[in-house]
Order: sequence, then C-alpha cells, then structure tokens
Amino acid sequence: MENKMIYLDNAATTKTSRTAIEAMLPFFDSVYGNPSSLHSAGQRAAEALSDARQRIARCIGALPNEITFTSGGSEADNQAIVSAALAGKKSGNNHIISSAIEHHAVLHTLKKLEKEGFEVTLLSVGEKGIVDPDEVRKNIRPETCLVTVMFANNEIGTIQPVKEIGRICRDAGVPFHTDAVQAAGHLDIDVSEQNIDMLSVSAHKFHGPKGIGFLYAKKGIRLSNIIEGGAQERGKRAGTENIPAIIGMAAALEEACDGIEKNAARISALRDRLIDGISEIPHSVLNGDAKKRLPGNVNFCFEGIEGESLLLLLDDRGICASSGSACTSGSLDPSHVLLAIGRPHEIAHGSLRLSLSEENTSEEIDYTIDAVKEVVGYLRSISPVWRDLINGKKNYIVQ
Amino acid sequence: MALYSDKVMDHFRNPRNVGVIENADGVGEVGNAKCGDIMKIYLKIENDIIVDVKFETFGCGSAIASSSMATELIKGKPVSEAMTLTNKAVSEALDGLPAYKMHCSVLAEEAIKKALQDYYEKNGIEYDRSQFPDCESCAGCCG
Ligand SMILES: Cc1ncc(COP(=O)(O)O)c(C=O)c1O
Repeated sequence: MENKMIYLDNAATTKTSRTAIEAMLPFFDSVYGNPSSLHSAGQRAAEALSDARQRIARCIGALPNEITFTSGGSEADNQAIVSAALAGKKSGNNHIISSAIEHHAVLHTLKKLEKEGFEVTLLSVGEKGIVDPDEVRKNIRPETCLVTVMFANNEIGTIQPVKEIGRICRDAGVPFHTDAVQAAGHLDIDVSEQNIDMLSVSAHKFHGPKGIGFLYAKKGIRLSNIIEGGAQERGKRAGTENIPAIIGMAAALEEACDGIEKNAARISALRDRLIDGISEIPHSVLNGDAKKRLPGNVNFCFEGIEGESLLLLLDDRGICASSGSACTSGSLDPSHVLLAIGRPHEIAHGSLRLSLSEENTSEEIDYTIDAVKEVVGYLRSISPVWRDLINGKKNYIVQ
Repeated sequence: MALYSDKVMDHFRNPRNVGVIENADGVGEVGNAKCGDIMKIYLKIENDIIVDVKFETFGCGSAIASSSMATELIKGKPVSEAMTLTNKAVSEALDGLPAYKMHCSVLAEEAIKKALQDYYEKNGIEYDRSQFPDCESCAGCCG
C-alpha cells in the first residue's frame, strides 16, 4: 500500500471515468464541427449536443430546453441567483433567503447583491448542519424573490430537506434554486417531484470532465445572461459549446445515475467503517448528521491539532484529503461551515474531510484509519495545546 | 507538495528539538489556538549560553518547521546572540516561506524572545523592554 495513492478527496474533484473519456474522444478530431454551422460537420455536432441535452434532462426529470450548459457549478450558481435577483428587482422584490453553509459560489454572489441593495437572510443550520424548512417558511416575505439552499453540503455532506423547502416555496410563489453540485450523480434528483425551479450541477464531481456543468431552469423561469455574445443556449449563455465536455458530462451523469443505488450502498458502508474507525480517536467529533449525509462524506474535528499539518502527513502516507483549517484556505478564519454548526475556531482548525468514491476499497479504508490515528497521535504529542488539555490546564471542547 | 521548500518539508517531517524541558530557565508561549497557531519554547541556559532548547507547536506545516529551525539557530549560542534572531533569518534558513505563511516565522521569533524575557525576569536580570514584542499583539490573529 505504501507507494499507492489513496484518493479520498472526491468532493474536491473526481477521476474522469473511462466511459466519459471514450465518449468524448471522437468529438476532438472526428466530430469537431461548430454546432452553429450549417454544414454537415456542424450539424453532426449539433445532433450530438441535442442528444446530450436530452439524456442529461432525463437524468433529473427535466425537459431538454430547461437545461443551459455552463462552465461548471460556480457559473450555474451565479446565473441562477443573478437571474432571480434581476427578475425580483423589476417587480420591487429585493429579499433573498439562503443558508449559512452554502458554497462560496452562492455566498459571494449574494454578498455582491447585498452591496447592490438586496437584503439577504442566511438561515442558521444548527449543530447537525441541516436547514429547518420551517425557518424558510417563517422568513419568506412578500418581497422575497428567491430561496437558494444547497442539495447537499460539500464539506460536511449533510443532505438538506430540498423537497420540503421546495414545497414551501411553491406554496408561497417564490422561486427555489438548489446548488446540487455535490448531489448530482450521488443522490436521486427529480426536479418536478422535488419542487425545484433551478438547479446547478458540475460534471467533475461525478467522474465527468472539469470546467463543464449546467443550470436547470424550469419552463417559465427567465434567465439573464452572465456571458453576452452569440445566440448559443437559446441566447442565455454565449460562447461556442464545449461539445467534448458536454458529451463527457452526459455519459458520466448517465453512468452515475444508473449506478446510484449500488454505489450508494457500497460507498456508505465504507464511509461508516471509516467513521467508526476514526471515532475511536479520543476527543474527536464527527461533523454533520451521521445519517443524512452524502454516501461518500466523512468529516471530523480533532482537538489539539491543526488541519494543514495533518493533511501534509497524510499525504506523506499516500492519502489525499482536505481540511477546513484557516491555513489550508489561505484566510484567517477556518471553514464557515464548521463555524456555522457551532464548532469553535480552536477545533475547526483541526478538521479533516475524507470523501470517497466507488473506487475506494476496504483495505484503503483500514489503512487510512490507522494512518489518521497515528498522525493525530503524533501531532498531539508535539502540541502545547494538547499538553495543557491532558494536564488539566485547559478544558476539552470535545469530550 | 510544491507549496513548501524541501527545507521546510524536512524540518516539518523531522522537527529538531521537539519536546519539553522540565524546570526550564525560560519558557515562552505565543499565538492563539483561535488563530490556529501556538508555539511554546523551553530554554536551558548555563553561563549565559543556551545549552538546550525544546519546542512544542500547534499549527500548520510552516509553523512546525519555523519552530524547529528557530531552535536550531539559537542552540549553543549566547543569550545576546539569540536576542538578535529575526523572523527573516528563520525564513531564509528555510529557503523561504510562502508570503501568507511569513507570520509563522514571526511567531517563532516572538516565542524565543518571550522565553528569553522569562529567563531575564526569573533571574532578576536587567533588560531593555523595548526589545521585546508587545504581547498584547501576540494574541491577535496573525496574517
Ligand atoms: C456545493 C458546490 N457548489 C459549487 C461548486 C463549484 O463548482 P465548479 O468547481 O464546477 O465551479 C462546488 C465545487 O467546487 C461545490 O462543492
């Protein structure tokens, strides 16, 4: 196992699947026409584009012309939020509801809108990291023009009650957007059954290529352009379509959706084995709800150590992981998600996220449990914070 | 990872002088767990020479490496020489730190100064207070 890489950072990005790569290849040097061109080379590309759009729409229970291809999850989030804000502004509605644990693609877009006069309510999530639909109901006002709550959280993996929130928004006549970047291909999505008006997806989180995604917008929702130019995507997103990436995304999404149940069962069993193993470390705590979480997400805080040094030492042991410590984010504060679920700064710095895929094995999981135990133990042995804790000079935050 | 120089990674992976000194002649702790960095330095001083030094650090890779390098730079040196250690000397000895990690070398300098100040205080040695960091500022988040 020593020389092998154990990739446990699938929430950051995934390996592009063989299926996606094979599907893409002909579109680089065989079917390379521009779908806007009238000639046959262009029309072949246009057909492939239309076919991919249909297949993608089918995976989420949408219609093909409700899908707008974007450069990824961030662009889809930006476009969904800005479109709803502009529509709201026209009718004098300038209030938006979201949650404290959204991805920065959502939070920073909302910050910008605040500067332009919008009022934003960020709902708290409680210790489990889950939005209470009742809070959405209570915070909707006559001037609310959008509710945007993510489908599943990228750091702590919590699955949000999207269907209930969507129902509340429907009843109140408020558009509902959900960032489903972490959910697509891993959890069942049906936009009509789940009352979703807009939904953002990114291909590289389900073994598709990077730099491609889409925004679903229910018929009747007006999108505004983020990128101006040609008439691609029904005039809603200019730029020659990235055909190979779109084809790769369609192939990856179909494959992921076909395997959802099988993969979820296998991955969540590995996840629970990893959680059980790491839980044996004293003064460690699982972040996020134990059950309502993505099949592949494990996230812990360890008292007395800092996350970046933990990641570097795990990397030395071949394990690719991630952390919400300030040092790894390049900012002064640790992860806003860990702070939102009530973790004090001191232990939010000592966080570790391990995110699994169907390629991980139980041997890898067992090796990782041992490595995490060893590295946490070592870092504690050189930590003055840990010494103060074991000597009773400070009180443990995590029991 | 290309984030750090080989020197930083070496001192991070194999830190020199880790541990504690019982009945140390000077102890200095700086940083704040809230900010994600705490360094503690222990000094053993005989005839004005730093005969032993140990450290404990809670922090990122560059914090651990900076502490390790700082202890190497003052071990065996007269107190007066240790007093002149700068964060720049620490980062240069590590073949540089990323800009946003420079505060780790600052913490290392401050931790050593604080341990030396403790030594002066404990032994009733006169010293120039202006040479020491104002430790109100050590508690603030570093940048
Ligand atoms: C929840 C969530 N939203 C949005 C994004 C951004 O997606 P992309 O990297 O495709 O822009 C990510 C991933 O980085 C994510 O996890």
